[in-house]
Amino acid sequence: MAGIAGASIGRPALAREAAGYFGRYGGQYVPETIMPALAQLVAAYEQTKHDPAFQHELAELSRHYVGRPTPLYHATKLTAEAGGAQIYLKREDLAHTGAHKINNALGQGLLARRIGRRRIVAETGAGQHGVATATVCAMLDLECVVYMGEEDVRRQSLNVFRMKLLGAEVRSVTSGSRTLKDAINEAFRDWVTNVETTYYLIGSVVGPHPYPTIVRDFQSVIGHEARAQALDQIGDLPTAVVACVGGGSNAMGIFHAFVGDREVELIGVEAAGHGVESGKHAATLVAGRPGVLHGARSYLLQDENGQVIEAHSISAGLDYPGVGPEHSHLKDLGRARYVAVTDTQALEGFQLLCRTEGIIPALESAHAIAACIDVARRFSAGDSIVVNLSGRGDKDMGTVASTLGVAL
Amino acid sequence: MNSEELEVAEPGVCPQPRAAGGSKTAGRIGETLARVKAEGRLALIGWQTVGFPEPGAAERLVPALLEGGFDLIELGVPFSDPQADGATVQHASHVALQHGTTLRDCLRTVRNLRKASVAAPLLFMSYYNPVLAMGVERFAGEAASAGLDGLIVPDLPPEEAGELLEALEPAGIDPIFLVAPTSTDDRLERVAERARGFVYCVSLTGVTGARQELSASLPDYLARVRRFTDLPLAVGFGISRPEHVAVLRGRADAAVVGSAIIDLMTKTPRDEHAVRLREFAASLRAAA
Repeated sequence: MAGIAGASIGRPALAREAAGYFGRYGGQYVPETIMPALAQLVAAYEQTKHDPAFQHELAELSRHYVGRPTPLYHATKLTAEAGGAQIYLKREDLAHTGAHKINNALGQGLLARRIGRRRIVAETGAGQHGVATATVCAMLDLECVVYMGEEDVRRQSLNVFRMKLLGAEVRSVTSGSRTLKDAINEAFRDWVTNVETTYYLIGSVVGPHPYPTIVRDFQSVIGHEARAQALDQIGDLPTAVVACVGGGSNAMGIFHAFVGDREVELIGVEAAGHGVESGKHAATLVAGRPGVLHGARSYLLQDENGQVIEAHSISAGLDYPGVGPEHSHLKDLGRARYVAVTDTQALEGFQLLCRTEGIIPALESAHAIAACIDVARRFSAGDSIVVNLSGRGDKDMGTVASTLGVAL
Repeated sequence: MNSEELEVAEPGVCPQPRAAGGSKTAGRIGETLARVKAEGRLALIGWQTVGFPEPGAAERLVPALLEGGFDLIELGVPFSDPQADGATVQHASHVALQHGTTLRDCLRTVRNLRKASVAAPLLFMSYYNPVLAMGVERFAGEAASAGLDGLIVPDLPPEEAGELLEALEPAGIDPIFLVAPTSTDDRLERVAERARGFVYCVSLTGVTGARQELSASLPDYLARVRRFTDLPLAVGFGISRPEHVAVLRGRADAAVVGSAIIDLMTKTPRDEHAVRLREFAASLRAAA
């Protein structure tokens, strides 16, 4: 059980005393003020994992409120278009609120209520996690404050309105680059200030221990379902599993169940923005190097002086200069492979899925679609790949239309 | 590989405290705090964000702060994502970064101050990533030769500090750890084992920034910290007025004044900064 897998890679000296490492990545790089709250969270989460009542409530709500299990859909026309392996789509876009984010928001919302926190803070980039959190808070009767970069508030006004309808307070963040990383900073400052009353419901497999583990576990339902569905519908494990990676929660969620299946190739798809060589991208694992941001040691987009570089992607959900520490570990181990797809390629994938399958994907998920075409072509028709279709694209209509030069 | 190998590490056991090689209060920081204590007053620690409002300002204003009555100086190393800081220090950090201020520039500022015969203890407050990016050993070596005395890393709790402590110790730079009102007794014990120079007591549950009043529970909190360490206690976050300083007399050994200095600089023309900071320092000193 101890995280020995990465020991040979060389963990920071003495870090073995610290908790929550995936190899040399992760940890708790946070101000002292919230260290006790993290310890409390670790203990509370350990209890819930083994509490049948908690797990039962989560399972019931996942089924009747979220709409799980989500289908595994054999995309035959996309398969024909690619001309290679059979492509299956894990339809997280069909979950309540339109993306996988609800799995984590629901689990952590129940956890917050259990440890007696009635006030929730969250960050959001594109607004999907903010909407999922606001949704769960409405349902569980919790107070909800969502921090969102001023730039994203402008770009994603529809999701801002959705959050407000759901009863959340949306606070526009004007510090730094005014995007997701700054929203995380501000949510974190709120938490540091109100730690006695407030739960920080983080939206991806990032942040200090135990968040990367908690979020992965609540998202791992994606992979557990997909694995069982593959065995049932395909009669075998897939040859490869493909998912987009911003912070990395949908990818970790679908990878986790397959990590022990060494024959299954795991492929994470980052946002190359204008191209990795342009410097305007969000390809943290492909082009970054290890550092410390938002409470964890992980790959990071940073300059030579250790200042964090602003990420760029057409997809607000991938527009993040950090990445979850477990992905960094999987990369170093070689257990998962990470590639990057440009804005242009993602838009092509977006349109391709619309036309071939009648499914409008989120721009985030469109990165995985674009990459899976190349992956499929490397294999034969007897092979199969599972793509995590992490969200639906309604929220991206404005962005796509303006990029394609269409006035709405 | 099986999936279990990828499980998260179990919380580990804390190692023994560092072998007592030399006193925990050896060095310029300990000596200065002991001298001020012998004078029967509270030590004052003043702040400058390096590169704010323009490059070279710290070289000019640190002497003014010291002349006015500060005893030690904390130099803020700007960082793109200062999670423990309120709006004031965030802004100063942002401006400094726009001027291109780097950790290397901050080390140059220390060298310049030493060349200008500044003898007071100089500390850095830096988030961990700029130090990591330079390399902890390289940082420790360059900082020691520049004349830095201590390092405060607000996002580095003792559990994660092993690598840094190993680098700072041979360089003779004091690692300054923070404790907070939320710190449990076992955490206070853990910090006390590793701390050198002084223990930085965060006065409140929150981020940096001037406040109107100090927390009513501050005296009890400081008394609790005192049970775990003989090191001097410095109180920071929110300390902005002579009244605050007066409250700390007899309860702590030092007061850290940061955001109030930046606020004063923001409100006054640049050519008045030295004069105004000297006056402000003197007003605090009168209460110390």
